[in-house]
Amino acid sequence: MSGDKGFRVRQEGHLPVTWRPEGGLPDIPAESTARPFLDVRDLRVRFSTDDGVVKAVDGLSFSLERGSRLGIVGESGSGKSVSSLAIMGLHRQAQITGEIWLGGEQLVGADPERVRSLRGRRMAMIFQDPLSALHPYYTVGAQIVEAYRLHHPEASKKAARAHAVDLLGRVGIPQPSSRVDDHPHNFSGGMRQRAMIAMALANDPDLLIADEPTTALDVTVQAQILDLILDLQAEFDSAVMLITHDLGVVAEVADDILVMYAGRGVEYGPATEVFSAPAHPYTWGLLESVPRFDRERESRLVPIPGSPPSLLDPPSGCPFHPRCRYRGLTDGLAETERPELHDVGPGHRVACHLDDAERRRIVDEEVAAWL
Amino acid sequence: MRRTRKNPRRLTALALGAVAAVALAACGGPSTTGSGSGGGTGGGAGGTADAGGIHNPSDATGGTIRMANSGDWDSLDPADTYYAYAWNFVRLYGRSLMMFKSAPGQEGATLVPDLAESAGTPNADSTQWTYTLRQGVKFEDGTPVTSKDVKYAVERSLDKTTFPNGPTYFNDFLDLQGYTSPYQDSSPDKLGLKAIDTPDDRTIVFKLSKPFSGFDYFAQLPATIPVPQAKDTGSKYKEHVVSTGPYMFETNDLGKSFAMVRNPNWDQATDPNRKPLPDRIEVALNVNSDDIDNRLIAGDLDVQIEGSGVGPAAQGRILADQNLKASTDNALLARSWFTNVNGEVAPLDNIHCRIAVQYAVDRTGYQRAYGGATGGDIATNLMPPVIPGAEQFDLYPSAGNTGDLAKAKDELNQCGQPNGFTTGISYRAERPKEKATAEALQQSLQRVGINLEIKPYPLVDYLKLYAGKPDFAKANNLGLMVYGWGADWPDGFGFLSQIVDSRVIRDTGGNSNLSVRDPAVDALVDKAVTTGDDASRQKAWVDVDRKVMEDAYIIPGIWAKGLLYRPANLTNVFITNGFQMYDYLAMGTTRK
Amino acid sequence: MLVYVVRRLLAAVVLLLVVTAATFAIFFLVPRLAGATPESLASRYVGRTADEATMRAIATKLGFFDPVYVQYGRFLRQLVFGADFSTGPTTVHCPAPCLGYSFLTQNPVLPDIIDRLPVTMSLAAGAAVLWLTSGVAIGVLSALRRGSVFDRAAMSVALTGVSLPIFFTGLLSLSIFSYGLGITAPGGSYTRIEDNPLLWAYDLLLPWITLAFLYSAAYARLTRAGMLDTMGEDFIRTARAKGLPERTVVVKHGLRAALTPILTLFGLDLGLLLGGAILTESTFSLPGIGKYSVDAVVNNDLPKVLGVVIVGSLFIIVANLVVDLLYAVVDPRVRTR
Repeated sequence: MSGDKGFRVRQEGHLPVTWRPEGGLPDIPAESTARPFLDVRDLRVRFSTDDGVVKAVDGLSFSLERGSRLGIVGESGSGKSVSSLAIMGLHRQAQITGEIWLGGEQLVGADPERVRSLRGRRMAMIFQDPLSALHPYYTVGAQIVEAYRLHHPEASKKAARAHAVDLLGRVGIPQPSSRVDDHPHNFSGGMRQRAMIAMALANDPDLLIADEPTTALDVTVQAQILDLILDLQAEFDSAVMLITHDLGVVAEVADDILVMYAGRGVEYGPATEVFSAPAHPYTWGLLESVPRFDRERESRLVPIPGSPPSLLDPPSGCPFHPRCRYRGLTDGLAETERPELHDVGPGHRVACHLDDAERRRIVDEEVAAWL
Repeated sequence: MRRTRKNPRRLTALALGAVAAVALAACGGPSTTGSGSGGGTGGGAGGTADAGGIHNPSDATGGTIRMANSGDWDSLDPADTYYAYAWNFVRLYGRSLMMFKSAPGQEGATLVPDLAESAGTPNADSTQWTYTLRQGVKFEDGTPVTSKDVKYAVERSLDKTTFPNGPTYFNDFLDLQGYTSPYQDSSPDKLGLKAIDTPDDRTIVFKLSKPFSGFDYFAQLPATIPVPQAKDTGSKYKEHVVSTGPYMFETNDLGKSFAMVRNPNWDQATDPNRKPLPDRIEVALNVNSDDIDNRLIAGDLDVQIEGSGVGPAAQGRILADQNLKASTDNALLARSWFTNVNGEVAPLDNIHCRIAVQYAVDRTGYQRAYGGATGGDIATNLMPPVIPGAEQFDLYPSAGNTGDLAKAKDELNQCGQPNGFTTGISYRAERPKEKATAEALQQSLQRVGINLEIKPYPLVDYLKLYAGKPDFAKANNLGLMVYGWGADWPDGFGFLSQIVDSRVIRDTGGNSNLSVRDPAVDALVDKAVTTGDDASRQKAWVDVDRKVMEDAYIIPGIWAKGLLYRPANLTNVFITNGFQMYDYLAMGTTRK
Repeated sequence: MLVYVVRRLLAAVVLLLVVTAATFAIFFLVPRLAGATPESLASRYVGRTADEATMRAIATKLGFFDPVYVQYGRFLRQLVFGADFSTGPTTVHCPAPCLGYSFLTQNPVLPDIIDRLPVTMSLAAGAAVLWLTSGVAIGVLSALRRGSVFDRAAMSVALTGVSLPIFFTGLLSLSIFSYGLGITAPGGSYTRIEDNPLLWAYDLLLPWITLAFLYSAAYARLTRAGMLDTMGEDFIRTARAKGLPERTVVVKHGLRAALTPILTLFGLDLGLLLGGAILTESTFSLPGIGKYSVDAVVNNDLPKVLGVVIVGSLFIIVANLVVDLLYAVVDPRVRTR
């Protein structure tokens, strides 16, 4: 029964290939040395709703080199997933402006077919909940084979299957040659995420976006998955965007950290910088709310008061000011003027009205204890 | 798929007006088998020639006539059939001793000898009838027909266990002496019935248990169509009836269709009654009745075989279109819709109260319930005018037929109910026209203080369990019972005997006479049955009719009409009063 | 699996017994409670001048004098062992499974039903193909272009299709296409497929389309709703993230998942239709099971009614079973359970 099914799935895997533009796989343009591998400039993503325009991402800039790892951190609704979907070209109803350069190629406004041909090949994505993100009716193997053969039409079904088995083995699934014919519901949560990763890696992508890859998993499994992503990244030498709401996760993994709030980057810099000298009150709040095993019993977790702002009608001035303990220290600037990113250290930028002296004082007196 | 849908949508808009009425009216509830009503909506009669004329007279032979029946054929077996259309049609493949003449109008209600050389010769008291068969008549396989084949045919028709649907006149009138069936017959030739003698191959003598002067009508029953004993397969004989008429069965797919072709062994020289025109007759069974109407009008079909007229939907369409209307005949049927007055329910046991009801009725309301003038003429007595010798009279006249309220009140006074009374009125729930009748009567009787409580009952068991069961009707205070009756054949006996003779009323139910209980009427029936002379006999039946009206046991409603449509290709089309529909024996077609 | 099927079939037999017993009760018990005697029951099957003796004879012949359970037992007995029936001069044997002889026409019921089955099957099969393809296609397009002119037009037509009774659309299409334009076969046309497949399809084209119009409307709406649900699922985003062309995403990933409830409905609808497309067959005068059952009910012809009840129930039971089994094929999550 399942063998029969696998056959049919692979048959259908042929189809997309015939619809590709003439001339087979388009050449990847030579990478300009001037530009980072992934370069996002002033990205804005808006959705029109019945209630008005939602500015989900509002002027986001960052870059990422091959072989390095960027952690994007923020609460839900901060725009981190929306940004990653924008890079993948997976938004269907959104107005997207700004620039997204991938390997020297501008993706905003590019031919959707071109972007589609990049998806799954040069850039791949791992989603949060592997149970719902994997198709329940197809075997894991079939789904990997589909991803592979789509971009490798020359590969035989047999070769594609062997590749799928190999991938499953590499992501640590035992007996991959038999599990390849299992359906997602036969897998445990961690195994599913491994399968999902295998599928994302099917075409050796240059950019791997992992959107909360461990959130849906048991704590014990989380670490394994993170380690796996790290190992594979080293092996494949790809760029990794790790999206999470958990600073603890990125602390172990990321080279660079981007903290997002209300659709904007509020702090951006090398992980060492951000963790040694966090500069934004929101980052401080995130650090305070991370549970840590090495912390003393009596210290309490401090949640950030209030809730994320409405993106339909964002607060004036600094969008974080209604929740900011230190807004009184800005002479009212926080309420009226929106802060822009500025350097506070080597490659370390922050968007906050607090002056440097004040910030250092607060870090030393209040935040350092958490670091 | 999408493309095919687009075009219809535009057409749909065009045709919607015309057909919407057709389809919507289709849910008005078709009448069930047995007593299809000829009524409908709309007013005014249509047609260029009235019943009596021949449309498109022609002698041209050839072609195929296509007929359709909205139900199943009741039975093709001559022993087991009981519908007028079937008796009309059976003349195409079978020759009974006598037959209704193939002629337009009233002439079609007269009997002529068919298999017999001449009408029957009775003995002095009309208890013995003798017929002589024509020479040279053969079955379809070439075997000559003898009087023994006729006797055998009548014998088997007596077996009501095998042939339950046919009429029981031979069972009732022949001197059976306990004979039940040739299938139970111990005599080797199976011709043990003493009531029929066949002294030679051409002579047949019927011996009755009681005098009956109208025996020629029995002799026209399909049961006298000869059946070769060797080919008799009982209830399966209908699968292949052996023909003696001008057509025989080519195919017969029971319940679906059959086709008839010319019978090579039928000889025109032996048959002065038939001039068969078409080469082939095709009959489709169980065809949707609205579809039949549409196909008739579209010229895709020639005859709606039941002859009950087009349905209410098509009738509305036809009456609205002068061209279509010109191709119709509004035929008066030997059918009457009426309401019985139950003398067993007080105070209707008093004749004055019954007469009060007669005077109070607004007959125009009754007619409206049946769709106005197209549905039928206002009846003032029982016998439909198409029946030979029927007389029209009115014992309870009123201006404009709307009722004479003064006389009604006067009668109520004499009855001792000056302020009126309350009683029930029953009708068959599935029939909207009977419901409308009950409501019309309720309104008109209210004018003199007679209140009617309307009580519908299921159609199938109306006669068995409800209105036709005397103790039920009495216990439930059914003073009035909406009903109707069609003649077995156009003759006083055929119409009246089952509905006015009190001796046919059974306590167990299933009655067709719902209320007429008068020994004087019974005596008049007996007199009519034994009167030999045609004119006197017809007069005797009028006396029966008049007596029932005097007793006021029945409120006459309407004499029903059917709106028949004849496509242009049909030739020799005429209404015969014998069956009150187009004559199927004479019909031809120009469509080859 | 086999045990499951056997258990289901056993349950089906029990259900058939219940259904036939209920039919018996409706036909015999209810009128008797209302006061009908065996003779008056028999009077349904005799001519109108029949006298008491005739009715008694027919009631005896049809066995109406026996208690209802004896009659029911006889029905079951002839079903299993067959029975003999008198045609008058001879006696014929009706082999098992014998559904008896019509009270009215005295024809054996089973051959009648077998004779009519191909008509109903042809009608149902052709219409099913039409309505499934068109309904699903329209539903998918509507879902993908939600709110567009196409979507709104298609859904309005679908609503019309669901609301219009078949005798209306049937008569309307007959008078337009068959009698007006003359491009389709008139009512009552049917050619056996083994005689002439082309003519078979031509004759049934209009009934197919009319019937499919009614059903495809429901399927279009169901497909649309299912697709709107499914296309919002995470695995659709995954499929797009792979770089699959939209058509593959929609058909292979979206439709595949949305088809499960459609399959269920399809199986049950088909089962019901095989038990007799009553209105369609009546409107188009097709000699199928549906038309047969209407005539049987109208004429109180119990053996015929029992026959179509059994055949119809069988189809529905089998369709249910097939749907349940197919479920496991379609949805792998069910299979392992």
